[in-house]
Amino acid sequence: MKIRVVKRDKASKLLQIVTPFIAILLSFAFVGIFLILNGLNPILVFKDMFVESLGSFYGFSETLVKTTPLILCGLGVALAFRMELWNIGAEGQLYMGAFGASLIALFFNINNHFLMILLMFLSAVVFSGLWGLIAGFLKAKWSVNEIIVTLLMNYIAILWVDYLVYGPWKDPGGFNFPLTKQFSDVARLSYYFNTRLHTGFFIAIVLVFLFYILIEKTVWGYEIRVIGNNPNAAKYAGINYEKNVILVMFISGALAGIAGFSEVAGVTYRLQHSISPGYGYTAIIVAWLAKRSALGVLLVSFVMGVLFVGNDALQISYQLPIAFVNAFQGLILFFVISSEFFVNYKIKFGVK
Amino acid sequence: MMVEILIDATIRAGTSILFATLGEIVTERSGIINLGVEGLMLIGALSGFYVSHVTGNLYLGVIASFIFASLAGMIHAFITVYLRANQIVSGLALTMFGIGITALYGKKMIGIPLDGFKKISIPLLSKIPVVGVIFNQDILVYFSYFLVVALSFVLFKTRVGLKIRMCGENPAAADTAGINVFKVRFFSTIFGSGLAGIGGAYLSLAYTPMWIENMSAGRGWIAVALVIFASWYCYRAMFGAYLFGGINALQLRLQAIGTNVSAHILQMLPYLFTIIVLVIATIRLEKGAKVEPEALGISYDREDRR
Repeated sequence: MKIRVVKRDKASKLLQIVTPFIAILLSFAFVGIFLILNGLNPILVFKDMFVESLGSFYGFSETLVKTTPLILCGLGVALAFRMELWNIGAEGQLYMGAFGASLIALFFNINNHFLMILLMFLSAVVFSGLWGLIAGFLKAKWSVNEIIVTLLMNYIAILWVDYLVYGPWKDPGGFNFPLTKQFSDVARLSYYFNTRLHTGFFIAIVLVFLFYILIEKTVWGYEIRVIGNNPNAAKYAGINYEKNVILVMFISGALAGIAGFSEVAGVTYRLQHSISPGYGYTAIIVAWLAKRSALGVLLVSFVMGVLFVGNDALQISYQLPIAFVNAFQGLILFFVISSEFFVNYKIKFGVK
Repeated sequence: MMVEILIDATIRAGTSILFATLGEIVTERSGIINLGVEGLMLIGALSGFYVSHVTGNLYLGVIASFIFASLAGMIHAFITVYLRANQIVSGLALTMFGIGITALYGKKMIGIPLDGFKKISIPLLSKIPVVGVIFNQDILVYFSYFLVVALSFVLFKTRVGLKIRMCGENPAAADTAGINVFKVRFFSTIFGSGLAGIGGAYLSLAYTPMWIENMSAGRGWIAVALVIFASWYCYRAMFGAYLFGGINALQLRLQAIGTNVSAHILQMLPYLFTIIVLVIATIRLEKGAKVEPEALGISYDREDRR
């Protein structure tokens, strides 16, 4: 008896759609076993997760609040993936965006709500875009590994925000907590339906559509896809690789930065220590599972949003720490990339 | 006196990264990229600490760190070697998993004190002025010296090393020569993961003998960067790790004597420095001969053989 692995001539459409779902179900089963081993009833735990995040209007709105930064960061990472660039720095870019928006909100005396929000938005875009551009520039100029550069820059960006909120920007009336003073009313995004759902969510939805049009319907989007599929062919076709790497890393960083803007202007109303519970890292999963498509980013972000809100509930009722969601996400990713094997290959048993 | 303190601090700050870098060199020489180093170091740090705490034996802790990190690395090895999954995504998943699982299980270990590894002076050698501190270290540091020499020998002077490097350079040729590419890559990845685990254990058993959530603080990523800086050579990895250790020691020293510069700004230095070093190393590599394993990051598939 011999086991042989044979490549499929053509991956079937059905398998492509079904396998990720099976993979996610398997990761739930795996986490379930883990919960049983730790003396918890997985059915109750999962039920609590879903009831909390989807079972009520408010819970649902909270899920959308968490979905917002995931969509924005996810779009950024997906755009870079499109041309085979690994932007693992969405977390740091989010922090730089939050910094840029806070800079305007705290130190510029503007009384017009619309103008204030617009300037905060632009400032977030500039700072986070430039933050991403550094890695893009190094990649374009000397092909420096962008994975390591963007990742190490996360640590620097987080330390930079920590420096500010523990130091010069600390709220004197904040009982020594690492946060700035609250933004004035003009610097806050509107919220809706008596929930915490804010304008940032709608900005994210608009950007999903823009992303779709940009990638699928424009010449530039086509160029990006060509570079991603075959950089050499792109060069022969006269597409400027270096320029596009820099541009894409700027936009990719800016999208994550908009998430930072939306968090400080729509949720916290201030800059503070650990403003993101790892949205930028989750965005990598989002982009990968979404197969880099805009609609996919929207869907997967929502699923991950459920996981984040559900985990908040578990923290309270089962004392499971926030890190639980990290381990869970790592597992989902393992199962999904493993499942891709079965889309592309079949296993044959038989005597040879 | 001051110089000796700095050399000592440099070695101590660099050792955990040295282990991780050596492990990643072995893995990458076989053709597999493992971006899970950060997570593996945390798994090593926690399992090493936990076993040492329960058994009261530090050596068992080090062995446990190797075993647990190897087991976690086996996931990455299996998925990337046999299931041919994307190595970058799998490595990132491993890091996420490592950060999550150690935070989950480490909660009970926070705040527990532990008697870490003590320094052992080597007679005569440790009496040499200034450089004597190199021979007045704990046993794990001596083990790291040994590993640099041993791994360098194995990789470049033995058949096993030749097999590993062949799988990284030209897996199809290695396959034709009768080498089981899958097996070599699988075990190289597992071994490299184990070394990253010992790197983590150095943190929790010797450098700062305690468990702190996320205590590797990016060292795993610095190790991945140093592999490029070291152009996949063990001796250069030692140089790179101590260069990083030196910056870190200097940064901590500045914090201790109390400068006007904020601690947060000083803490940025090692990351900033690593980026600069990576850029310089890459420019140098671009100009010189190609030293990166030819098939690095590419899954091997017999049917794709040309």
